[in-house]
Amino acid sequence: MTRDKRNQRIREFFIEKTISASGIASVVIVVLIFVFLLKDGLSLFKIESIQDFLSGKLWYPISDPPKFGILPLILGSIVVTAGATAISVPIGVASAIYIAEVSSPRIKEYLKAGVELLAAIPSVVLGFIGVVTLVPFVKQFFNLPTGLTAFSGSIMLAFMAMPTIVSIAEDALTAVPRSYREGALALGATKWQTIYKVTVPSAASGIVAAVMLGVGRVIGETMAVMMITGNAAVIPKSIFQPVRTLTATIAAEMGETVRGSDHFYALFAIGIVLFLITFFINMIADLYLHREKR
Amino acid sequence: MVSPKISVKDLDIRFGGIHALKEVSLDIMNNEILGVIGPANSGKTSFLRAVNRFNDLVPNYQMSGRITIDGLDIYGQVDRNGLRRKVGMVFALPVPLPLSIFDNIAYGPQLHGISSRKKLCEIVEKALKAAFLWDEVKDRLKKPAHNLSGGQQQRLCIARTLAVEPEVILFDEPCSGLDPISTAKVEEAMLQLKSRYTIVLVTNNTKQAARVSDRTAFFLMGELVEIDKTDKIFTAPADTRTSDYIEGRFG
Ligand SMILES: Nc1ncnc2c1ncn2[C@@H]1O[C@H](COP(=O)(O)OP(=O)(O)OP(=O)(O)O)[C@@H](O)[C@H]1O
Ligand SMILES: [Mg+2]
Repeated sequence: MTRDKRNQRIREFFIEKTISASGIASVVIVVLIFVFLLKDGLSLFKIESIQDFLSGKLWYPISDPPKFGILPLILGSIVVTAGATAISVPIGVASAIYIAEVSSPRIKEYLKAGVELLAAIPSVVLGFIGVVTLVPFVKQFFNLPTGLTAFSGSIMLAFMAMPTIVSIAEDALTAVPRSYREGALALGATKWQTIYKVTVPSAASGIVAAVMLGVGRVIGETMAVMMITGNAAVIPKSIFQPVRTLTATIAAEMGETVRGSDHFYALFAIGIVLFLITFFINMIADLYLHREKR
Repeated sequence: MVSPKISVKDLDIRFGGIHALKEVSLDIMNNEILGVIGPANSGKTSFLRAVNRFNDLVPNYQMSGRITIDGLDIYGQVDRNGLRRKVGMVFALPVPLPLSIFDNIAYGPQLHGISSRKKLCEIVEKALKAAFLWDEVKDRLKKPAHNLSGGQQQRLCIARTLAVEPEVILFDEPCSGLDPISTAKVEEAMLQLKSRYTIVLVTNNTKQAARVSDRTAFFLMGELVEIDKTDKIFTAPADTRTSDYIEGRFG
């Protein structure tokens, strides 16, 4: 009896320690990543002011003297991300509402399978399909000199964000208690009035999380944008021009730099900027979610 | 003889293979409380949800028979939302919408096109008073309805139903989760409402039916065993199954 109890205590002890160790490990890893990012990234600012780095209009990292202005890259990322968000959020949320609230059970199954399939396509493959189908289409349809534009990138990225948005928002809507809907219907609300006034507001925090995760995926995405946006580090005047994003710059140039060179440090500094952007988006989402809980 | 408010003829309900209600016919009069009692799965809820067409939400639902309100077949050309406005429903578990107390009640009238703030305030106050809740919440109308106690939430749901000015109110075990004092308040509200509404009260508590209903119907396994004046059902029922149930011998 007492031995059993002691064994149990020992087991509890180990389980507890293992769990807290993995928790601590994840924090340590994040801190280490951040430290390395800072160490290499901040080295750039010995030769370049933060001001020039963020607001410089020219990115010529290998000319002499090099110019490390990432404003065009920041704008490229913003344009592509904003475009992708503007396309994917309305369509994604609307599909989620359709799947969760309107479609018949059979159609629902097909649509959910379709969304999962879309999520399973690797981004390189999507990028490749975009290059051979979407890019020529955009070029012809808008009569542009090239189809490799921010707009094409936005469409492609919208496809990548959509599965995330649809499936998470759909879960949030399905989780709304049936009694909420019945409460509204019993008052004579139509199906649409119920969705609009009761179901969607009840699922709001889940839908916001879905959107944030979708947008997060868009910002971090590299392969497909690199293939499809034209990769020109110039300040875009419209979404129908080639752009280059922060992520694509790191991916494309990291292989060609000498470790320890200014260019190398500049790429790390871009990493810091990306990190901060993602951090702020997550923080805003978090603030929103906590506001909802109160 | 006065014509009934609601007339149910040969109502038969199936959910897939389950025969929930078998050929039930009964009339419900204006300004009466009809109590509906019976053991679990006897079809009470199915009956109630046929009257506001809530069963329509169930995918494999089949029904036959006729239900008329004021002589109009509700499964005919009547639109469902209009019907549900006329036939309100209060559920067993009070579920306030995730809104403030005020908005919970204003929600229904707003759906039906009332937008004047002044008018809405009047409606909210009147509905809360009729549900015996006004004094308890009048100082915190802007607070979330979820913070109310269970009994208050149920009266809020009653007020919400009253705010759309229905003619019939269906109660499905409205006091099953409430303490005796809250129950008494809800019953008091029902007795007051009787003068202006037609009420159907499904209850698992036979004593409650005895206290508030004018007539009582006893359902058993999807059949209407008998329906009569409440006194008669509780003192001298025609069917032995009724007395067995009331005296707690089964179910
Ligand atoms: N949505 C549904 N889908 C399938 N079967 C249902 C559905 N609703 C009710 N039933 C079935 O119909 C029968 C009658 O159920 P009903 O809910 O009307 O009983 P009840 O008298 O209200 O019982 P309780 O006192 O437990 O609430 C039961 O066998 C039940 O399983
Ligand atoms: Mg029931």
